[in-house]
Amino acid sequence: MNLALPILVPVLPALGAAAGLATGRRYPGLARPLAVLPVATAAVLALVTALQLGTGATLDAATRLAPTGGPEISLALHLDGFTSLISVLVGLVATCVQIYSTAYLKDDPRYPSYAALVSLFTAAMFLVVYSGDLIVLLVGWEVMGICSYFLIGHHWETADARAASLKAFLVTKLGDVPFLFGLFLLGADAGTFRIGEVLRTAADGGLHHPTLIALLLLAGVAGKSAQFPLHTWLPDAMAGPTPVSALIHAATMVAAGIYLVARLLPVFLQSSAALVVLAVMAAVTMVGSALCALAQDDLKRVLAYSTVGQLGYMAGALASGDRQAAVFHLVSHGAFKALLFLGAGVVIHAAHTNSLSAMARMDGLRHRIQDAQWTMAIGLLALAGVFPFSGFFSKESVLTAAEHAAHGEALTGSLGPASAVPTAVGWTVLVAGLLTALLTAAYALRLWLAVFYGRSRNGKDLAPQAGAPYSPEIDEADPAHLEPAAMRLTLWVLAVPALAFGLAGLRTDWLPALLDGESLRVSFATGVLGTGTAAAGVLIAWAAWRTVNARAAAGQQPADPARLLLGPLYRPAQHGFGVDQLYSAVFVRPTEAAARLVRFLDRAVVETYVRGAGAAPGWLGRAVRFAQTGNAQGYLTALLAGAVLLAVLVAVRS
Amino acid sequence: MSALLAAAGSLEPAARSYLSPTGQEIVFLLVGVLVLGAAVVSVTTRQLVHAALWLVVALGGLAVEFLLLTAEFVAWVQVLVYLGSVVVLVLFGLMLTRAPIGRSPDADSGNRPAALAVGVASAATLVTLVVDAFRSSWIDLSGPAGTTRLTGEFLFSHWVLPFEALSVLLLAALVGAIVLSRTKDDRAKPRPGNLRTALTKSKER
Amino acid sequence: MHLAYPAVLAVLLFSVGVYGVLARRNVVLVLMSVELMLNAVNLNLVAFDVWLRDTLHAGQALTLFTITVAAAEIGLGLAIVLLVYRTRRTAAVDEVTALGDRHEADDLADAAKEQAAA
Repeated sequence: MNLALPILVPVLPALGAAAGLATGRRYPGLARPLAVLPVATAAVLALVTALQLGTGATLDAATRLAPTGGPEISLALHLDGFTSLISVLVGLVATCVQIYSTAYLKDDPRYPSYAALVSLFTAAMFLVVYSGDLIVLLVGWEVMGICSYFLIGHHWETADARAASLKAFLVTKLGDVPFLFGLFLLGADAGTFRIGEVLRTAADGGLHHPTLIALLLLAGVAGKSAQFPLHTWLPDAMAGPTPVSALIHAATMVAAGIYLVARLLPVFLQSSAALVVLAVMAAVTMVGSALCALAQDDLKRVLAYSTVGQLGYMAGALASGDRQAAVFHLVSHGAFKALLFLGAGVVIHAAHTNSLSAMARMDGLRHRIQDAQWTMAIGLLALAGVFPFSGFFSKESVLTAAEHAAHGEALTGSLGPASAVPTAVGWTVLVAGLLTALLTAAYALRLWLAVFYGRSRNGKDLAPQAGAPYSPEIDEADPAHLEPAAMRLTLWVLAVPALAFGLAGLRTDWLPALLDGESLRVSFATGVLGTGTAAAGVLIAWAAWRTVNARAAAGQQPADPARLLLGPLYRPAQHGFGVDQLYSAVFVRPTEAAARLVRFLDRAVVETYVRGAGAAPGWLGRAVRFAQTGNAQGYLTALLAGAVLLAVLVAVRS
Repeated sequence: MSALLAAAGSLEPAARSYLSPTGQEIVFLLVGVLVLGAAVVSVTTRQLVHAALWLVVALGGLAVEFLLLTAEFVAWVQVLVYLGSVVVLVLFGLMLTRAPIGRSPDADSGNRPAALAVGVASAATLVTLVVDAFRSSWIDLSGPAGTTRLTGEFLFSHWVLPFEALSVLLLAALVGAIVLSRTKDDRAKPRPGNLRTALTKSKER
Repeated sequence: MHLAYPAVLAVLLFSVGVYGVLARRNVVLVLMSVELMLNAVNLNLVAFDVWLRDTLHAGQALTLFTITVAAAEIGLGLAIVLLVYRTRRTAAVDEVTALGDRHEADDLADAAKEQAAA
């Protein structure tokens, strides 16, 4: 096949970004076509590449970049079913986001640079997906990091956005440092940075430090994909514009970590310890983030925590040794989460607030934004994992993988022996996954009801609460008008895969064939269990909602159904279980104290020496001035006294 | 230097004792005490003109010492130049700067204690040094060393060039002193042709 | 004659001269003290010349030169003293401090003095 096509896929958006940055200030009219066209073309090319490649085939091409002393670095291309699937998803979501942004950020003065950065972000993700070389992959990985920093800090006028962008950058970099060491160690052990050869070496057991490498890589993955110890940046990243959130959460940034583990799964299968760590990380992330999501008041933070939780599912699937399930969930989640975020953007646009409790007091949101209502319904159903939406199949495939791993027959396929996955991993992921399914369904319903079925208490809209999260985009659109078509239609475009991806993929069996060739069919037990827990979650949330509404009707203070459901856990969950406070106490404050100490030492000690070095000669000079009386007799006295003194000294010495 | 000392052949420690002075030594010591005393009075007295007169005594005494050391010509030059001209110059200087006659309370500056300390210290150091070095040296005074004839011979056989250079120096000093002491007032200058008027003008002033 | 006698006498005279130079206030008296110091050196030169008996008689020759130079020096010195006295109306060493580090108090005192002179 023609190699130009896959090469153009990452190059086009990058060129678009460069052109957008170059011309954005002088020709603002060019910004929109330069934003949308390259990304859309790249998406089409990605689709064409995927179709040309077909199922079950792989393509490797490489050109040596530079001769080095050690393992060589090459511009390598690697295409298989996974890259096809993910690149199509990235292209689709990025195109939708760019189109949506033309309307959403219509009046933003910094739109050209914003659009260029989104394009660059997309290009970097394409590079990560297509790259057949670890170092080239790292380049894309880091470009994404810096793009996320700029995009999250898009509204840099607000302190929140500045802090969030810094936090995202620092936290992901905290993971990237061990990641870099992991890559170097992997390259050194395997003798090459080419992924294909690395995997071959790993499968032959040729790696000397598989556990160390896997753990180092996991740190980077945890940072990028917002897994438990390093997940705190993602909810704060909501300070960025909503389309950026959609891009980060659905297709690019967070997907990169999961994709990397999926690509390098044979390396991870060499180390049971790393799999256990990954499983525990995934389980903690899943359950904790679902609880947090249930307690959040900010619409976008609910979705952010939900992303963290769904990434936990993917990580759990990978820990269970099944990368098909992980990538399946990655793609379906990418579709419905992009849909949810873009829908949330429409809702925020219309409601002029991020706060769920404020929306719950608004009448008639569902009448004003019916597109958003129905598409978000599809997205939330997919999120909750209700048959026949795509989320159902992907989540059940994850649970099935966990079930198999729990029985000691992990679906590792051709990547490694099933015995490489400990059964404890399977059980952990299975239990946590089921619990999360329950919570996910509950918070999905809470979100839906709070947003679209709010009731005004006094017959009129209430202003948002004083403490409600501030939405920087509040005044960008007139609420009297319908949301622009660019915003509404993209929702429907994304609703299609959210609705039908799983069904279409599994009915005709092309999806498993595209991936590792294993079956992705849902096992009966987990299917029933998963659906049952989801249904239970929906029922519980519904009951809580009714109770709360009844109380409100009785004149009592209306309450959040989450408060009823979570009880004492509500407040810690609302604050992310204090992880931020913990970090602040353990890392931030000691660092600041050290900085203050250094500042003190610099100002009070070092600077004193400097000042003293200046002041001492000054004082000395002032003292010497007193000797300069102009009286020649005095000078002569001193001269002769000195001469006599010297003579005496010489005489005494000799 | 030590070779020079040995060549002088004057190191005869056992022969000469300080306890049995010669007549020359006694006279030298007596005159020396006079010189020293006059010098001390000269630098301490509060009467400025008396200081100059005591200086005359000290310098005259030194001339006697030169004679005792058989340097006749130097002694006469000392009397002529110092007593005859330098002291007179000093007296003129005192008068021209309107030095008060009689006791003046501010003859010494505030630097006196330091001056005393430095003077005593230098005296102690140098006396220690000189006594330590020349304790046992002996001057043989027999034979003429500084007669006028002898002096003339060596001065004009060995020291002609420095002598002539020194005369140029004297001339320069003379010119310099005239330039320095000339007044800046042009009107007082006598001009050719109207000497009389200039003189009368200066008188009127 | 012991060499120590003239040598010690010269040293003491020199020290007296040093004291005079350092302690006297009137410039003419300072010049007189300088003469004392020069004469002490002369005494030394003569004594050592007689002691060493060299054929050049360098000591006596230098003594004569010193006396000459001293005469020139006193002439020039007195001329300078007179000049200073003419311009500043004083012959005190410790009042001629124009080259010293100026303090404001000095400036004020000088200004007052000039006014008084005018």
